[in-house]
Amino acid sequence: MSTLAHLAHAASNTGLSAADQKSANGATGAGLAYGLAAIGPGIGIGIIFGNAIQAMARQPEAASQVQTTMFLGVAFTEALALIGFVVFILLK
Amino acid sequence: MLAADFPTMRELVIWPSWFLKNTNFAFNKVSFLSFLAMLIPVLLFVAAGAKYKKSLVPSGVQNWAEGAVDLVEKQIIMPTIGSDGLGYLPLLLTMFLFIFVGNLFEIIPTAQFPANARMANPVVLALMSWLVFLFVGVKHHGPKYFWDAVNPPGVPVALKLLVVPIEIISVFIVRPFSLAIRLFANMLAGHILLVTFVVLSVQVFTLKPLIAILPFTFAGLVLFTGFELMVAVLQAYVFTLLTAVYIGGAIQTH
Repeated sequence: MSTLAHLAHAASNTGLSAADQKSANGATGAGLAYGLAAIGPGIGIGIIFGNAIQAMARQPEAASQVQTTMFLGVAFTEALALIGFVVFILLK
Repeated sequence: MLAADFPTMRELVIWPSWFLKNTNFAFNKVSFLSFLAMLIPVLLFVAAGAKYKKSLVPSGVQNWAEGAVDLVEKQIIMPTIGSDGLGYLPLLLTMFLFIFVGNLFEIIPTAQFPANARMANPVVLALMSWLVFLFVGVKHHGPKYFWDAVNPPGVPVALKLLVVPIEIISVFIVRPFSLAIRLFANMLAGHILLVTFVVLSVQVFTLKPLIAILPFTFAGLVLFTGFELMVAVLQAYVFTLLTAVYIGGAIQTH
């Protein structure tokens, strides 16, 4: 670069320090991690509940068995979203 | 100027030690809440047992105790393991009540921190769960259990090469890990949510221009407290249910 460009670059104060930039990147990554991790389980839990409601409506006698299995399924899919939340905590 | 300062994660979850400071056995508020979570179910059953000698028809404390036993026996053990599993009723009942009372401390006014929001309790409980289902499997099937658990029947040999490693990771590694993480992260997330609403309400109250939204933030706090009550019960139920399912799976592998 020309000397003028060098002087202009050195004189400008825009941009963050290295530590600030690192923590800014960390915060962005943390937010993205949880946000993306919550999409799949959100849809999955909706599917589980929808099918459980249908099953309970079709056969009310089996409602309690369906309910137990539903909670089991919800626990498994919710765990995935929560692992994303743990990544968020670790990066914060 | 109007920006509010949210406490750092350290301030939210690390409490000062009361005694035995700076050792591995430092006792702080969280340890005290865990101790209470152990003590309260014990007192419940001692009181219920004292009443039991006098009347077969339950009422009062005895009703609560019998209700808890019924929940674990009829809603958790019978649907998942069947009558073989009734021997595990004390273990599952203890786990359920310990986790439940520990979670309840999140919404009880002077405590307001769930005893399971630090990784200590969930890790120990998940390890217990893991060791119990491994021990039950070995007791019922001998050392062959470790192969039977990862070898589903009716899988062609070419696919077994893919399925067996996945099953090994799923049965022996992911199960305890996910049990611990599920309980810990649910409780920590709930705590952070409630703290967010509280800090927001306080800041809105002290910064007068925004005081118009105080009713909404306070309503949010109340509603999420109710939600956290449901999550407390659900997480205790799910932990115990999953332990029962794993024990049932160990007793009848495929």
